[in-house]
Amino acid sequence: MSITTKDVEHVARLARLNLTPEEKETFTDQLSAILQYAEKLNELDTDGVEPTTHVLHLSNVMRDDVVKESLPAEKVFLNAPDEEDGQFKVPAVLE
Amino acid sequence: MSTSKYETVIGLEVHVELHTKSKIFCGCSTEFGAPPNSHTCPVCLGHPGVLPVLNRQAVEYAIKAAMALNCEIGDVSKFDRKNYFYPDSPKAYQISQYDQPIGLNGYIDIEVNGTTKRIGINRLHLEEDAGKLTHIDGGYASLVDFNRVGTPLIEIVSEPEISSPEEARAYLEKMRAIMQYCDVSDVKMEEGSLRCDANISLRPHGQKELGTKAELKNMNSFRGVQRGLEYEQYRQAELLDEGEKIIQETRRWDEAQGKTLSMRGKEQAHDYRYFPDPDLVTVHIDQEWKDRIRATIPELPDARKARYTSELGLPSYDAEVITSSKPVADLFEESLKYTSDAKSVSNWIMGDLLGHLNSTGQELSEVKLTGQGLGEMIGLIEKGTISSKIAKTVFKEMLSSGKLPQAIVEEQGLVQISDEGAILAIVNEVIAENPASVEDYKAGKDKAIGFLVGQVMKRSKGKANPGLVNKLLVDVLKQ
Amino acid sequence: MSLFDLRLQEIHNKLHAKELSVSDLVGEAFEAIRQKDERIQAYLTLDEAGARAAAARLDNKLVSGEEKGLLFGLPVGIKDNMVTEGLRTTCASQFLSNYNPIYDGTAVTKLKQADSVTIGKLNMDEFAMGGSNENSSYHPTRNPWDLSRVPGGSSGGSAAAVAAGEAYFTLGSDTGGSIRQPASYCGVVGLKPTYGRVSRYGLVAFASSLDQIGPVTKNVEDAAYVLQAIAGYDAKDSTSANVEVDDYVSALTGDIKGLRIAVPKEYLEGIDPKVKEAVLEALRVLESLGAVWEEVSLPHTEYAVAAYYLLASSEASSNLSRFDGVRYGVRADHGGGLLDLYHESRSQGFGPEVKRRIMLGTYALSSGYYDAYYLKAQKVRTLIKRDFDQTFEKYDVIIGPTAPTTAFQLGSQVDDPLTMYLNDILTIPVSLAGVPALSVPCGFADGLPVGLQIIGKAFDESTILRTAHAYEVHTEHHKQRPVL
Repeated sequence: MSITTKDVEHVARLARLNLTPEEKETFTDQLSAILQYAEKLNELDTDGVEPTTHVLHLSNVMRDDVVKESLPAEKVFLNAPDEEDGQFKVPAVLE
Repeated sequence: MSTSKYETVIGLEVHVELHTKSKIFCGCSTEFGAPPNSHTCPVCLGHPGVLPVLNRQAVEYAIKAAMALNCEIGDVSKFDRKNYFYPDSPKAYQISQYDQPIGLNGYIDIEVNGTTKRIGINRLHLEEDAGKLTHIDGGYASLVDFNRVGTPLIEIVSEPEISSPEEARAYLEKMRAIMQYCDVSDVKMEEGSLRCDANISLRPHGQKELGTKAELKNMNSFRGVQRGLEYEQYRQAELLDEGEKIIQETRRWDEAQGKTLSMRGKEQAHDYRYFPDPDLVTVHIDQEWKDRIRATIPELPDARKARYTSELGLPSYDAEVITSSKPVADLFEESLKYTSDAKSVSNWIMGDLLGHLNSTGQELSEVKLTGQGLGEMIGLIEKGTISSKIAKTVFKEMLSSGKLPQAIVEEQGLVQISDEGAILAIVNEVIAENPASVEDYKAGKDKAIGFLVGQVMKRSKGKANPGLVNKLLVDVLKQ
Repeated sequence: MSLFDLRLQEIHNKLHAKELSVSDLVGEAFEAIRQKDERIQAYLTLDEAGARAAAARLDNKLVSGEEKGLLFGLPVGIKDNMVTEGLRTTCASQFLSNYNPIYDGTAVTKLKQADSVTIGKLNMDEFAMGGSNENSSYHPTRNPWDLSRVPGGSSGGSAAAVAAGEAYFTLGSDTGGSIRQPASYCGVVGLKPTYGRVSRYGLVAFASSLDQIGPVTKNVEDAAYVLQAIAGYDAKDSTSANVEVDDYVSALTGDIKGLRIAVPKEYLEGIDPKVKEAVLEALRVLESLGAVWEEVSLPHTEYAVAAYYLLASSEASSNLSRFDGVRYGVRADHGGGLLDLYHESRSQGFGPEVKRRIMLGTYALSSGYYDAYYLKAQKVRTLIKRDFDQTFEKYDVIIGPTAPTTAFQLGSQVDDPLTMYLNDILTIPVSLAGVPALSVPCGFADGLPVGLQIIGKAFDESTILRTAHAYEVHTEHHKQRPVL
């Protein structure tokens, strides 16, 4: 499976990445090579094989509905790039 | 307007916030109205390295709601990540459920114009809520409050089987009632604990394939849902009449302008890249657990309604109105412990009580009226202790003070005067003072009696038994 | 001879005898760092003030006779993808160059409870993506045995710091070999526990279904002590296993008579002949101690790398989405709206390998490709796990090399991601199966350390530790130190 520069551009948009023209070219080649390598998997017949999401077969790991203390504001905003009136500030959603 | 040429097809996506104490994946409080970001922690802020741990109560509420909506409950349910970037979504993915939701293939029955219709429910799944964005600086910036992030939500997706805006409203009202009966949510549209998006399309009658749909958002009240859909139905019909194509898009209901507006350009093509969340494990719902939850589901609105019509002889309309709100239906039943006149209780609830709540915008929980009060008041009317008119005064007092009617009557001296002698004295006074009306009456103007009754009532401060007043007046005038 | 060449028991004896103080140990670490780290570059952030204060507190404990933790007084370096409250945590990424964590991860908390002393945060490949430390966005770490070579990765800083005596022990994390491979390259012991054995809470996620924290130490016994301290169920990690923790130290009996060893033929194919020779020699030693070994086949080995890169990159693409510049991290100067903020912050914050894997993972999960890539890889994972399950029905451990070669030259593989990925061919299948494995030094090839990989059944860390320990006490490789 080889992928095109257009695919790379689409995926970059989904992943919120800007790519330079050189990066687009490199990624097109490298991702194509990796995906070509991944074609190997099609040598295997996996009909009827269950997918593994977890190696441990855990289930029903749940907590009780108990309120715990939340963080003080100084911790909430310790790393905030921009803050106003106790809230995180971001530019408007202009797309 | 030409909507009649077309068949309307509506599907609703309803989000209901479950009223757990803590969030779905961390221990922060879900309390509404706290200062911004005061109910946050590393987990719900999506800090690096944090992990979610599922709140059992949220799962149980979701199962309970799904059962109440007649869904099949899967034996295994799991969580998936829905990936999208938005500032109100701290991890840039929402933990939701994709192919193994809690509930599938349910239904609810709605009643519109006296006919019952069954609306299919495609699925019910559990997910986490997003934060809240406020736009500032003239729209150039937004502030993010993450208090709401992680509040457990169930999303309930209907089949596209709703055929009119009116049905959509009835569906939503029934949904609210069921959630309220199950006690899984506060279901307040104004606080956002009940939210509704709609898909709507039109097609010529007889056409099999569905028309192009619009997705409608931002309908923040029951009325808004109905009006938004009505507008959209009209807009699409006009376009179709003119031979134009409907564009598949998301539209926003603008309450102030009374129209839907395209959100085109604000949305990117979505590719949510769902995959199983590796940080969470599957939920196995065995029969014992299902049975235990099913046992906690109370009598639901449809069952109550049936009981009210068959056992209490209430008209279907009354039963529908009363059962559409659990607190109201509970008040109704409480009242019936003190009086056997169900229709009378219903009349007071549907007229004076709901009228009061509507005009003041209050919730039932904000007034102090009790079922005992209402029931005993009806008893006092039956016994003739108070008149219906005085009862209105007593009722108002019960709304504000919650006192029992007997006490109100005594405190305010509202006991009805049924002593013939006392009333006759007033009747004679009134007749003597109003010769013109007496003449009118004698001249055959029957209306004049009403004026004279009114004068007697006024002079007795409303306490005279109106039946007796009428009888005595006629007796004296005919002499 | 460094103080850090003493065994843990010896250090504790000296502390009790007042021949040594915790402050001496901490001083030793910072002295080694001053002398060597300019060349090794294992650390990204040091916390000398914090470490000295902690040492003083522990020295008081020594006087007062209070109860002491299992790792009392031991200077530890922590891989920089484990969050440490108040101590900068970068994941070797520019995106987090200013990130000051607001909580401690569970493993870090457990280390504190065990009375170890945090020295600083260790270099790594950015977000643990890579096998050489060349993907650190700060600087590459050098292999203490040959400064022109890589220390391996992604826990390269963790392995190099132990080899160079810049910490008594370190924590690393392993997703597809990131503890074992650098341990092999640097001639130290590295243990990846069973998936679910150590809590992942506070470990910045790369691939959530594979990530595990584990110790890097100079000998097997120390690895047993550290694992003892950090293992166990954690209510904050839904994927941590509620399985009883063995007494790992007392499992080190030295007795491996009758131990049944499987040696996968696939693990001996296409590897450096000198590496192969070292591994076969190690097997002869184990045989001489009473173990028996047989060649077996793990037939799906050759598919592991492809399955791994699809699964790990897919999970990573989602895990790294939270780095958006809204709540923490470096928000790039951007031209305008929210989209610019996202795009610029992420494009400037992430290095090329991270971007490559985000791109690969996003593609593999995108509409229309999920079944062909992600789901297919999950099914292949099942087949790989079955290979291990079936082998463990008849054998106690599986043994092979940790890596196909010794440490390679810096810069020799950076242009070819696929070749780089294939370095992990021997560690990745183990990660996909979720079973525990460790790398123990088993000799040298051209002066560079070779690692022996010992793989065990799920939650049977005791057996691989016992095997490695028995081997170690009968060999001298682990006592070799690089000349710096």
